[in-house]
Amino acid sequence: MRTLSYLSIGIFFGITLFKSEAASWFRVYEMFRFESFHMYGIIGTAFCLGIFTTQAIKRFKINSFYGEKIEFKPKEKSVKRYLYGGILFGLGWALAGACPGPMFALLGAGFYSIAIVIAAALLGTFLYGVLKEKLPHS
Amino acid sequence: MNWIYESWPWYIAGPFIALTLFLLLMVGKNFGMSSNLRTLCTLCGAGNTSEFFKFDWKAQRWNLVVALGVLIGGFIGAHFLSTDTAVAISSKTIENLNNLGFKSAGAGYLPEELFGSESFQNPKILLMLVVGGVLVGFGARYAGGCTSGHAISGLSDLQLPSLLAVIGFFIGGLTMVHLLFPLIF
Repeated sequence: MRTLSYLSIGIFFGITLFKSEAASWFRVYEMFRFESFHMYGIIGTAFCLGIFTTQAIKRFKINSFYGEKIEFKPKEKSVKRYLYGGILFGLGWALAGACPGPMFALLGAGFYSIAIVIAAALLGTFLYGVLKEKLPHS
Repeated sequence: MNWIYESWPWYIAGPFIALTLFLLLMVGKNFGMSSNLRTLCTLCGAGNTSEFFKFDWKAQRWNLVVALGVLIGGFIGAHFLSTDTAVAISSKTIENLNNLGFKSAGAGYLPEELFGSESFQNPKILLMLVVGGVLVGFGARYAGGCTSGHAISGLSDLQLPSLLAVIGFFIGGLTMVHLLFPLIF
């Protein structure tokens, strides 16, 4: 039952990513050239409504559908890892035109060459795991 | 109901993504797609090489199910909910891409020049896709999250680290598009 709820949420998110064109390389490129409001509108409204729901859950101590407490894990305080990691991610996002969510949606949509990008993203994740101790995180 | 078959405007998609975040929180989980890449590495045996991949992957099984859903969602969106998948980007962007040699700008969902079947035979394009993917995977784990984990759920939780990560995303993206693209193409 719970598994079905995760699957349904994923399907809903995948359809949204594809249909809103947030999974399109062109939209990402256009966004970084500031030539359309589209992507900013998507991320902006998701963020504004997200603040509203997240803060409401916290303030009113709303429990999950299963009656459990909803936990928010604060991210560890640091500057370098977020900035350096973010910059590397941004370079890749603009080049491949897809972040991890859209990659899965594109594969499902039948753009099989995205499999190269997914395989490479797995390799990148693996490289991070191997090099983690040598990277500045503070 | 014809709007469903058209490209969805931002004021539909934004609230739907916020709803995705809300539903995941309400089933007691969190929103973060790139964590799946780590889980998949663990499933491929990466735990033998690095401690980073030694974790209870079963605790992340729910997220793999979400990712599978996203894949199915992409299939449904493309095959049952679309009549024309050409992305109507702005005329300025089309002009710019045409100048860089992207003839498919405005005519497809993804650029044919990068993702078409011929891209497999072009070493330069193949290298681009691989470098892009490696940077996404590496950067997401280094920064501890991607667009969903930082830009949507982290910022919604008013987390300063997420703001730093999003600033990083933009420094990287702007550098790629404005400084590196003219050199690559």
